[in-house]
Amino acid sequence: MSYPSEFLYTKDHEWVRLEGETATIGITDYAQKELGDIVFVELPKVGDHLKAAEPLGAIESVKAVSDVFAPISGTVEAINAQLQDKPEIVNSDPHGEGWLIRVRVADPKETERLMTADAYEAYLHQTQAH
Amino acid sequence: MASPTEVILKRTALNAVHRAAGAKLVEFGGWEMPLEYSGIAEEHLAVRRAAGLFDVSHMGEIEVSGPASERLLQYLTANDVARLQIGQAQYTALMYPQGSAVDDCVVHRLERDRFLVCVNAANTANDFAWITQHDQEGAVVQDRSAEYSQLALQGPQAPSILARLTDADLRGLRTYWFLRARCCGVEGWIARTGYTGEDGFEFYFPPSESERVWDAMLEAGRPEGLVPAGLGARNTLRLEAAYPLYGHELDEETTLLEAGLGWICKFDKGDFMGREALLAEREKGLRKKLVGFEMVERGIARDGYTVWMEGQPVGKVTSGSPAPFLKKNIGLAYVPPRLAAVGAEMQIEIRGKLVAARQCALPFYKRPKPSVTGKG
Repeated sequence: MSYPSEFLYTKDHEWVRLEGETATIGITDYAQKELGDIVFVELPKVGDHLKAAEPLGAIESVKAVSDVFAPISGTVEAINAQLQDKPEIVNSDPHGEGWLIRVRVADPKETERLMTADAYEAYLHQTQAH
Repeated sequence: MASPTEVILKRTALNAVHRAAGAKLVEFGGWEMPLEYSGIAEEHLAVRRAAGLFDVSHMGEIEVSGPASERLLQYLTANDVARLQIGQAQYTALMYPQGSAVDDCVVHRLERDRFLVCVNAANTANDFAWITQHDQEGAVVQDRSAEYSQLALQGPQAPSILARLTDADLRGLRTYWFLRARCCGVEGWIARTGYTGEDGFEFYFPPSESERVWDAMLEAGRPEGLVPAGLGARNTLRLEAAYPLYGHELDEETTLLEAGLGWICKFDKGDFMGREALLAEREKGLRKKLVGFEMVERGIARDGYTVWMEGQPVGKVTSGSPAPFLKKNIGLAYVPPRLAAVGAEMQIEIRGKLVAARQCALPFYKRPKPSVTGKG
């Protein structure tokens, strides 16, 4: 799977799609593959304030639980409610239907710290080379 | 780039085969082992419904032989080695004086005075040292781990698959018995044992033949739905069957009685290491008790999470996971004995929140008895 060029990425394998002041957040294809069968997704509530780099929720596979970190600060506007009953969508469509939350961005400048698709792929390449 | 402090992991003879099959490899007990191939849940279900093949060559094999061998094992383990006939195996534990396990293991009586003890990978060196250290009467103790590959063929289809690969009489091979036979053209020990809660076999044979045996078994079992399965499924399968895992339910601090392994403590066989401590604890009452639970509210308990009852933290989860076959989130935990009761409400602390769970009977899963009429 390719990494959409219109997304921005973190080293913790989250992606961000910016549309004006709204950011949609999910985990990358690499992340879902590493996790394996996803069986539970724990998300924040609408209205919660998120701080960049702090956990926004957790994703559990059969094997383990992993924190998901907020790529940027903001207020939760929507959560992907269908993940409650169908968490496996994160496995099958991580960059689309498997999005996690939408936030109103607090500080657009924070996006400058995120990686482009090219930079993220280079980062993955480097990580996997170990 | 490897840093100088990086630990070199041991590899089984099938490491390259797992890699080529696209397995996700992880560290386990000092070994690089396949965690999953197609996915833990899928492999788990294949073992319950058809069959799975596990490379468990990381397991250790310690041979104890000579005229003093039975006496040595009788003293160091909890179960009664004297009851074993040649060709019979026994689940038991290598004991500490305080009634806890150095390791849990399976003792196979190869000959009257020759035993093969199958032990956990991470404990092999320690087990070997412990047995050697207590060998006062000159039994011969050898670490044979490097001389065996071990494959576990597990699941309801395992007998019919294996029957096509060996001339051995598998119908006559009862649970916890083993025999010497050729399988896939390779001579080794076939034992009707396993760690999944299903019928199945474990085959011990020379590592040089590993690829040949692995390929032949997978090929032969394909029509029945045999798949390669990793340690991830092995763990969820053993948890559904409520088998303890050393380092989780068992450790140096936990006695066999607390772990629910009183059934392997044969107090009438004579003295053995830890016997006095176990008898004293039985007299005084247990300090803690292993219980099974299932989550009532949404949430997955994991190893190390705190158990709450009556508004207090009362214990720890030792193993917790989604159970792919039972489709529940289950776990094992230690609680004070007075709070151990099937049906008792408890809460698991998950990321700072208390989530409802309920104690339930063990095992979580018991395989259906084959019906006499042959109908499912």
